[in-house]
Amino acid sequence: MRNSGILPYRPEVAARSFPVFRGMVSDKMAAFVIKGSAFLAIASLILIFIFIGKEALPMFTSSEVQQEAGLSKLFLPQPAHPGEAAQFTWQPISETPKYSLLPLLAGTLKVTIIAVLIAIPLAVAAALYTSEFAPSWARETIKPCIEMLAGIPSVVVGFFCLMVIASWLQTAFGLTFRLNALTAGIGLSLAVIPIVYTVSEDAFSSVPQAFREGSVAMGATSWQTASRVVLPAAMPGVLASCILGFGRAIGETMIVLMASGNAAVLSWSPAESVRTFSATIAAELGELVQGSPHYHVLFFIGAFLFILTFVINLAGRWWVGKLQKKLQGAA
Amino acid sequence: MSSDWMKRTKFAGALSQGLTAFACLIIIAIVVIIMGNIVSHGVQKISWEFLSAPPRDHFTKGGIFPAIFGTAALVILMTIAVIPLGVATAVYMYEYAPKRSRLVQLVRLAIQNLAGVPAIVFGLFGVGFFIEFVGRGLDKGLYGGRLVYGQPAIIWSALTMALLTLPTVVVATEEALRAIPNNYREVAYSLGATRWQMIRKVVLPQAAGGILTGGILAVSRGSGEVAPVMFTGAAYSLPHLPTQLHHQFMELGYHVYVMSTQAFDVEATKPALYSTVMVLLMLTFLLNFTAVMIRARIRKKLRDGR
Repeated sequence: MRNSGILPYRPEVAARSFPVFRGMVSDKMAAFVIKGSAFLAIASLILIFIFIGKEALPMFTSSEVQQEAGLSKLFLPQPAHPGEAAQFTWQPISETPKYSLLPLLAGTLKVTIIAVLIAIPLAVAAALYTSEFAPSWARETIKPCIEMLAGIPSVVVGFFCLMVIASWLQTAFGLTFRLNALTAGIGLSLAVIPIVYTVSEDAFSSVPQAFREGSVAMGATSWQTASRVVLPAAMPGVLASCILGFGRAIGETMIVLMASGNAAVLSWSPAESVRTFSATIAAELGELVQGSPHYHVLFFIGAFLFILTFVINLAGRWWVGKLQKKLQGAA
Repeated sequence: MSSDWMKRTKFAGALSQGLTAFACLIIIAIVVIIMGNIVSHGVQKISWEFLSAPPRDHFTKGGIFPAIFGTAALVILMTIAVIPLGVATAVYMYEYAPKRSRLVQLVRLAIQNLAGVPAIVFGLFGVGFFIEFVGRGLDKGLYGGRLVYGQPAIIWSALTMALLTLPTVVVATEEALRAIPNNYREVAYSLGATRWQMIRKVVLPQAAGGILTGGILAVSRGSGEVAPVMFTGAAYSLPHLPTQLHHQFMELGYHVYVMSTQAFDVEATKPALYSTVMVLLMLTFLLNFTAVMIRARIRKKLRDGR
């Protein structure tokens, strides 16, 4: 080496090139800040729960709110006027406000079930095809399509239902109401398809290749392999996809707000207008006096939606985890 | 007999396989129909004036500039909030915490559940927490009770949206961190770098692509989502652009909602409405497409690295 002699020690240079002390301080600070922000995800989930719960709490504590919208008024039939027959009615803005949640529950279930019934068979079948049979060019076509579908903002889907699908359905079936549970359900299924597809496709492709090879070696056709080996093996993942899709459908707001007609009618006909929980919040929160019983009822519905989707997600993730464990044990 | 059975099995197989392929076709057709319908109706009214002028005559004339401006302002504020938080969360989970620690599992669970919370619930949270609690608190403390921040404002919408998009950023960043080979980290340590120096000089520059993907996906989500901003800051129509954090703003998605449900004259509004939808759709697709391209490059790097 050319420069083999000992270099003269120059502390100012040493301090510049090896800022050890400064490095340690910034390291401690960075660790603190980074750790802190990681807690934020947990904290925000808890904050959401607390602050929605806080606004829903007067439902149970304030006598004034209870008098107008107590739990019995929410769930039991109430007479519209004294002396008349008791009914389930959601009519918060009237002389005697009526807060029966039953029409909303029925509406939510109706729309969600229609959406799920359309979306799950389509999405699971498409996922099975993509994972088991599709040539690679087909896979390269369907996957971006699903991503595009997932990328369409829900307000655009709502708009499309309102403008196009509603008219199609009305002419096709001769419906009285343009906006009804069927329109909203079809629109909602567009939001559910991507999540069901993605999760079940993941489940199918995580089935070890050896399963398929074993099945084909025993003389099974590719359909037999897909339906009797891959599908059962991936079942927990497929179930998870259905549950997560259901959770997505229950919480989706803009599509149902725009396409369902928003009439809180208690009926099981898919051709009638419906009003869902989420659409009720979206439609009514804007024009409210803060702190009125109506305001608290909407937050109560919000808290219910939050807890419901929380549980649904936990269940879905649990099933995905179960699938992974099962396949890891098998592979 | 046996060949008959074979034939039937084969036929059933081909039929079922065909049905699953048909399901794929339907989904592709749905996307093509939606796109085709919106673009074919929407393209007629797109012009420079449409993009640069405010709406006039009950949305039938003029353009959508305030909505574009408001959306841009919203997502910029949102990005400023969500990127540092999301990246820090991912860095903590992947670089700091011991793998498989209880805390990491808890954070991951929280992120997954946050991703499943309905958008409208975020909207409620924005009202209950940001406006009623933080905003009112600020007004009491700083403005002597005058109403400044205790009402719908762009900053509250942006923060609500930041929470909504947090999972997107965390997941994308974590994926990028996973793609960085471990020897990069080891080399940095062997040169005497502290953990933070290693992260700042090695990990974060390497993960820039993934962080960018997360950011773009978050922006795409944020520019189309309506439910969280409906009550936290978006306005029906405004005479001026938002210039302060406590101003209200117009948003593309909300504008679509307002135009399609509360228009004076549906037929007269239709061309402008279709064009607005097309602008919104093109914007989100462009963003998603960019994100997908960057992500594909990262995934390729991940595969080649192993």
